[in-house]
Amino acid sequence: MSGFAKPLKIALGLAVVAALIIVPMNFNRYGLFILSQWAVMSIAAMGLNLTLGYAGQVSLAQGAFVGIGAYAAAIMTTHGWPLPAAVMVAIVLSFAVGWVLGYPALRVQHHYLAFVTLAFSTLAFLVFRNESWLTGGIYGISNIPRPHIFGLATNKPLPFYYVCLGSLAIVSVAVWWLIRSPWGRAFMALRENPLRAQSLGVDTRRYTLMAFAIGSALGGVAGALYAPLTQYIDPVPFNLSLSLDLLMMVIVGGAGFYFGPFLGAMIAVLLPEWLRFTEGYYLMLYAVAVMLLLIWSPTGILGILDRTMAARRTKAASALRAVAKSRLETVQ
Amino acid sequence: MSNLFDLVVAGLATGAIYALVAVGFTLLWQTSQTINFAQGEFVMLPAFLMLAAMHVGAPFWLAIILGILLSMILLGLAFKLLLVDPMMRHGVLPLAIATMALAIGIKEAVKQFFSAEASPFPSIVPTGDVSILGHAVSLQSIGVLIVAILAVVGLTTLLNRTSLGHQMQAAAQNPTVARIIGVPVERMILLTFLINAFLVALASLLITPIYLAKFSSGEVLGQAAFIAAIVGGFNQVRGAIAGGLLIGVLDNLAASYISTQYRAAVPMIFLIIVILFRPQGLLGRAEERTV
Repeated sequence: MSGFAKPLKIALGLAVVAALIIVPMNFNRYGLFILSQWAVMSIAAMGLNLTLGYAGQVSLAQGAFVGIGAYAAAIMTTHGWPLPAAVMVAIVLSFAVGWVLGYPALRVQHHYLAFVTLAFSTLAFLVFRNESWLTGGIYGISNIPRPHIFGLATNKPLPFYYVCLGSLAIVSVAVWWLIRSPWGRAFMALRENPLRAQSLGVDTRRYTLMAFAIGSALGGVAGALYAPLTQYIDPVPFNLSLSLDLLMMVIVGGAGFYFGPFLGAMIAVLLPEWLRFTEGYYLMLYAVAVMLLLIWSPTGILGILDRTMAARRTKAASALRAVAKSRLETVQ
Repeated sequence: MSNLFDLVVAGLATGAIYALVAVGFTLLWQTSQTINFAQGEFVMLPAFLMLAAMHVGAPFWLAIILGILLSMILLGLAFKLLLVDPMMRHGVLPLAIATMALAIGIKEAVKQFFSAEASPFPSIVPTGDVSILGHAVSLQSIGVLIVAILAVVGLTTLLNRTSLGHQMQAAAQNPTVARIIGVPVERMILLTFLINAFLVALASLLITPIYLAKFSSGEVLGQAAFIAAIVGGFNQVRGAIAGGLLIGVLDNLAASYISTQYRAAVPMIFLIIVILFRPQGLLGRAEERTV
């Protein structure tokens, strides 16, 4: 994105934010539901992007953390607690569990780590399904209330969409700050060359655990919003395929790019909806689209943009060099 | 005790099918670093190809042959040329994600073009029981075990006793050196994809009479084979076989002795323990290729 001038970038960003606020105002119920879902999934994918894209730790368990957050919020709000308190509990809980899940990453890497987290994901699903005294089992938890924010009820779809969008904004700013802080740089050092990071004094052990814990905590936040969004949860949405979907979002959007998760979530949540006119074929077309995209650009959508930008910069630089060279020649 | 015997036999039969699928899975990993998340769907599809052939009037034996041939073309040749080849050099993860998308695609295609309902599937083994050591054992279990053992013995003979097998092993272990000494590495990789397609078609033929043909049946199966491959040793054919049998028996025992609710948890916990304490798998050797 560095090809744009800074004021242009800010203007573009403001335009997108304004569009996200104004355009949905006359959307119907279902459109607002889908957009809110996009915001929630973007938060979860952003967390996974921290763990995977920035710190390089493969996780197939992000869906489980969305589940943990969703159940925490559902159980607490149906017992009369306010949603912000439930979000806090969801964050603390997923942070702690994510921290523990990080320990295997200290021993094994890459695909082995993926398998451990995959197993964890399935175990979490079994707990959601079987511990019915807590989670309602296969019958789930219904009548999850939507919160009052500053005294305003958000029962209607539009106000609750703004709750999701606002949460996305807060998380986006926090993540933006995090990846520019020394922590973000330590995460990237971990991804690029753990051995060198360690020899430069980065506590790789602590940062690996942190990468898991923070990424998982964002999954918990997404879950705590998901529960009041659907107002009914059961174990099925939090099975392994949610983890795989989130992973797909991160890779398709562009792992390690700040805007990757937004685009990835857009493709995973909105593209199937846009393809609905094809009726029974929409998921098939979606699958084919994802495969074609990955064949074209294995680094995701932002990978394409990154390459064109790099190519343009090289071209611009060589043009400058040519000009400079001809000037030198005329001087001589 | 009789209960235990029956459970172990039934577990071995399912485990043998897992082993077939897991062997194919490890073959793809060894030769091309493909983690195939669609492996379960690869087992689901051939049964539907065979059913489709029978729909247009082919007798069962011809449908089996057509089904196996078609799966080798679609799941072997086309899978390699269209998806794996363009993505192989970009690392493990994007390809793994692409196979996840492929899994969705196959499932949806079967649902759309065939049926969302479970369809019955004829068995190649007659139903009934025989008595072994005073226990009634179903012919189906025995048939499954025999076919699976024959397939595995055939494959290991191919890999260890023939020149072709040695070339395949060389291509998997060190493609650069294999190329220098004249092994047609590309052709060997293609061959492993064809073998994988054959194995999943065989597994499909064996397991579908038991669990019915359904578009979603690949999910559980794929995961079981996946765990079997890792537990046994990701880079060893015999590891995958042992892992398959072990997971099959473990799953059956867990279902009746621990709890039906948490039966799926037992292989998972086992998997986590194996990865943490013996990441190369029970029979595998430590991997040098990935740091």
